[in-house]
Amino acid sequence: MSATSIVLRGRSVVGGVAEGEALVTRQTISGWGGVNALQGTIIETRHELRGVSFAGKILVFPGAKGSSGWSVVFHTARLAGVAPLALIFNEMTTKVALGAVVMRVPSVTDFDRDPLSVIETGDWVRVDGDRGVVEVRKA
Amino acid sequence: MQLTDAEKAMLEGGAGPARQKAMQLLVRYAEALGAERFVDTTNVAGVPGSTTPFLSNYYKAEGSSYEVIFSRFDLDSDEVVEVPRMSVHACHLQGGVDPENWRTLGASPLAAELSRSSEIAAAEHGIRILKTCTPYLAGNVPARGEHCAWMESSAVVYCNSVLGARTNTEGRESTSAAMLTGKIPDWGFHREEYRRGSHLIRIDVPVETVMDWGMLGYFVGDAVGERIPVLSGALASPELIHHKHFGAAAASSGGVEMYHLVGMTPEAATLEQAFGGRTPPERLIYGTSERQRTYEILNARGTNTHVDYVMLGCPHAALEQVRQACELLAGRRISANCNLWIFTSRAVRGVADREGYTRIIREAGGHLLTDTCSAIGQAIPPGTKVVALDSAKQAHYLPAIMGIEAWFGSTQDCIDAALTGIWRGRPP
Repeated sequence: MSATSIVLRGRSVVGGVAEGEALVTRQTISGWGGVNALQGTIIETRHELRGVSFAGKILVFPGAKGSSGWSVVFHTARLAGVAPLALIFNEMTTKVALGAVVMRVPSVTDFDRDPLSVIETGDWVRVDGDRGVVEVRKA
Repeated sequence: MQLTDAEKAMLEGGAGPARQKAMQLLVRYAEALGAERFVDTTNVAGVPGSTTPFLSNYYKAEGSSYEVIFSRFDLDSDEVVEVPRMSVHACHLQGGVDPENWRTLGASPLAAELSRSSEIAAAEHGIRILKTCTPYLAGNVPARGEHCAWMESSAVVYCNSVLGARTNTEGRESTSAAMLTGKIPDWGFHREEYRRGSHLIRIDVPVETVMDWGMLGYFVGDAVGERIPVLSGALASPELIHHKHFGAAAASSGGVEMYHLVGMTPEAATLEQAFGGRTPPERLIYGTSERQRTYEILNARGTNTHVDYVMLGCPHAALEQVRQACELLAGRRISANCNLWIFTSRAVRGVADREGYTRIIREAGGHLLTDTCSAIGQAIPPGTKVVALDSAKQAHYLPAIMGIEAWFGSTQDCIDAALTGIWRGRPP
């Protein structure tokens, strides 16, 4: 990436490297009942991303909430080919940890700066899950 | 991670390929969490090996057997392994289909057959077929301090808060792996320091009924998110069904996995104990305006007062709730324009049959169903446009999942809607 990119450093959750366009929400995401796993879209009634697809995006969000079916929903999204490319999140929970593991996508948390205040939807993001480093190129 | 010799042996394959795959998954999961070790767990509740038409079709090339689904999906393994009997007390939570009344639910013969065959295979693997989101009402009541690995957010919050046992909100893959290994990451609610309160919520309005407790839970989950609320103020000691609806709601609007009621729940004899001696970091109030706002949010998806479906039993109805519904229904007949489905566990249904409750509901034109619910089974009566619910959790999920309108109110409001076909619920 270019010399003007912003670098965030965090802790590796799941290894691997991915890059793509960011999809950012300041609201936590409910898996089962909040996501259509076969289409890769958010369906929760009051969610700001309702109707939006995360397939092939770098998903930037505060964390997981709701049902214990979180991992199954995102695991199923992986099988259906509509999973995000990578996860960037703040709040560690068993839901998001297990979901990231079975989705098998690079995932990073515990950043030195809040990714939600740095990354905006449409930014180009490279996630290095092995080193826990995220590079952001503003759109 | 620090692994014991026995854990290392499992990871290296000394206890067979399935336990090796299970340990590999648990190590990946523990490292994702940042856990340093495992705890031994003796009580695991999950949905091991359950087969849906999607999974059955996805793994069709390999035969879609129980072992294929369990290996590939539950253990996230890249190869199919032989699955032995489970090592620890393991039970199956709710499923997607009532084995007797699947036609009423509109399930396909394929879904019913997949559910039946995976249930037989699960039982052969030593898994208890409780098929409920309320295992604590169906014979699985962990002791205080017992390390568990449970799925189902409403059961998790009950396990931690009411029983004082210890579990995180586990997922299908981690519970299936724990059933084989008896291990789960030592993280979160397994650790004493994690179980202390984060928010003090003062209750300024009466909270007495299932509806009241559901609304309070929905407000609290929205307010504290993933944290641990401590409730104090003018609260009468809740009954089991109030805890059930409060916790389920708080785990739906937020991610509440544990709460304390000062002087009532096991780890909150005093305010000091609930907060581990710290000053409460956050303070909130639940008064008339908060209650009114919560009622409006829960009814935001209701405009048409012509109700064509009433669903009770989320989380699965306790016997007491089945009895209450029967008292309201006895000798009456529900509207020809409305359906009434009440969901419960097979354990409660067995008693309801003996008490005559099942017959009373049937004679009124309703159905007492088991194993699933409208949200989990994605099953509503044909043509449903407007549902009435007494569960804040179901009101949170069902309209989004099925694309229908929903009213939220008391059990009495709901039965009244079933009898008249009209919603007449009012805010408290």
